[in-house]
Amino acid sequence: MPLDRRSLIAGTTAAALAGLSGRPARAQGVTLKIGVLNDQSGVYRDISGPTSVACVRQAVQDLGGKGFNVEILTADHQNKPDVGSNIARQWIDRDGVDVIVDVPNSAVALAVNGVVREKNKVYLNSTAATADLTGPQCSPNTVHWTYDTWMLAKSTGGAMVKAGGDTWFFITADYAFGHALERDTTAFIKAQNGRVLGAVRHPLGTTDFSSFLVQAQSSRAKVIGLANAGTDTVNAVKQAAEFGLTRRGTKIAVLLMFINDVHGLGLQAAQGLVCTETFYWDLNDRTRAFTTKVKPHLAGNMPAMSHAGCYAAVLHYLKAAADMGADKAKANGAEAVARMKAMPTDDDCFGRGSIRADGRKIHPSYLFEVKSPEESKAPWDYYKLLQTTPAEEAFRPVADGACPLVRS
Amino acid sequence: MDDIFGIPAPLLFGQLLLGLINGAFYAMLSLGLAVIFGLLNIVNMAHGAQFMMGAFAAWMLLAWGGIGYWWALILAPIIVGITGVIMEKLFISKLYKLDHLYGLLLTFGLALIIEGVFRNEFGSSGLPYRIPPELSGAWDLGFMFMPVYRGWVVIAALILCLATWLMIEKTRLGAYLRAATENAALVQAFGVNVPRMITLTYGFGVALAAVGGVLAAPIYSVNPQMGSNLIIVVFAVVVIGGMGSILGSVLTGFALGIVEGLTKVFWPEASATVIFVIMAIVLLARPAGLFGRA
Repeated sequence: MPLDRRSLIAGTTAAALAGLSGRPARAQGVTLKIGVLNDQSGVYRDISGPTSVACVRQAVQDLGGKGFNVEILTADHQNKPDVGSNIARQWIDRDGVDVIVDVPNSAVALAVNGVVREKNKVYLNSTAATADLTGPQCSPNTVHWTYDTWMLAKSTGGAMVKAGGDTWFFITADYAFGHALERDTTAFIKAQNGRVLGAVRHPLGTTDFSSFLVQAQSSRAKVIGLANAGTDTVNAVKQAAEFGLTRRGTKIAVLLMFINDVHGLGLQAAQGLVCTETFYWDLNDRTRAFTTKVKPHLAGNMPAMSHAGCYAAVLHYLKAAADMGADKAKANGAEAVARMKAMPTDDDCFGRGSIRADGRKIHPSYLFEVKSPEESKAPWDYYKLLQTTPAEEAFRPVADGACPLVRS
Repeated sequence: MDDIFGIPAPLLFGQLLLGLINGAFYAMLSLGLAVIFGLLNIVNMAHGAQFMMGAFAAWMLLAWGGIGYWWALILAPIIVGITGVIMEKLFISKLYKLDHLYGLLLTFGLALIIEGVFRNEFGSSGLPYRIPPELSGAWDLGFMFMPVYRGWVVIAALILCLATWLMIEKTRLGAYLRAATENAALVQAFGVNVPRMITLTYGFGVALAAVGGVLAAPIYSVNPQMGSNLIIVVFAVVVIGGMGSILGSVLTGFALGIVEGLTKVFWPEASATVIFVIMAIVLLARPAGLFGRA
């Protein structure tokens, strides 16, 4: 099976890299196995894929030599929930994997969530968006690190309504993620007395959005909310510009966009769009230092918030494992996650923060505006900061999430 | 304002027009497939990858060579067509005596390899390509806002389809080609270099896919999987129209674009499936397709 061979090669390279870092691993120590499960060959490759693997390797390198060995495995879930949960099962049952990291695509992420909980391992999700991971489906084995639909809705959606965009039309990807994002944004619009005039649900991987854009336009909504991601978003934004929507005053709310999508659109098409991320490479000295460190291993890609989340989550897990003893962390996933929640977090990508009882990692969220081609001074110099939401306000309050773990 | 089936009339007209524009892409791609299948008997699964190569060739010409859209419209198909000729010489020519299935598997494998190479080289989130300044802007048609570029796509597609049809049905070269399909040995006996003609035909079909790619670059995301999103639909179009029927595939392309456009209004969630439902019905009622010869 190609999966085994690939995992084996990846694992061996990782071990070799850990060795190269100059700290000899103790042969007699426990080996923690980290499986990076993501999209290696489809639409979400650039926001997860090999770049996530490189960031996980960086975390292992930064925190090696604590009396245990670390091995990294990788696999491609092809954006299919059944493939994803099968790999997770195989990894845990047969290969003795302790931690599963990354897992973009909300549908796959929720499937893997169940498997990891059943097997009492650790699940560090960085790239999936659904806020249900720390809501009704929260688990004592799961940490949701980087962002979620509620936080995107609050930051981007809230800012749009505040700026006068009180009537909305949604163009939504027809699966778990799109529905969650539309639902959460709608709640914010209604809370601020805005109205949703209509919505269309399009299949994942739609090439032509012109029909939907024309429908949105004839609804006379002031804001068109794009509750989709990746190539779908890029196509929709490109075609919205083509149909002159933005030129005639309609605002486009891109509810989820990564810096790699901006790169794919080009500044000419993306300028002026507003989006929310929790990490930007050029945010401060620490994020720049992190980027300089990983950049040589990324084959031309740039770390997005999803990649930074993989790095920071694994780094924090390794700290917790070192603190409680790697053998204990290996034996009981829920206990390892409990230790992660008890310790404050601190890393170059997100600064200081903490993990809540429901598994939600909290840190500030940043509202960015995409620069115009004239404003951009260097490659990947794409964002200017509009607004920062502090960590305590950025994410859904614990009490509102309906997470069974925190029910009193 | 008049309503038709509960949809305001202007919106419906707009959707019909947009459907026609998308149909232009289907028509252009299915035309290439029909030419290749009709004359070579090869089910070219690499067509989507070659469409993608056309878009990437346009991007490379601009980013690396500073060559703009209009030249790319001529150069990209030539470049991609040459890769098609090489592919035919190296691989496909070995399969003419075998069952269709072998050609399908070979070209499908090649498509996966080509897409994998591009994904490795350029990532999956795509590359920017702008609408040429001459074609940016839009006309206000009253019932909708019509980008100039989309109008250009329809016109270009119609010209290409018509020219290809005329060339194959009305010229001497086309007559040779059709004769070679019927009886290659006899045509060769008359002194026509049949293998070379077949190779060039494949190159031409591939070039048609590449033109589609260049036309698509400014409006769709230029990324390695852009062809695979489209190719399955295009195959359905060819099957509905009748394998190998050139006129059939063009007409079906436009018609299905319209059907898909209307589905996007009445039931958006089903817009990816409607064409396959039609395909199933057509296969049950007329297995040779609407325009095919049984």
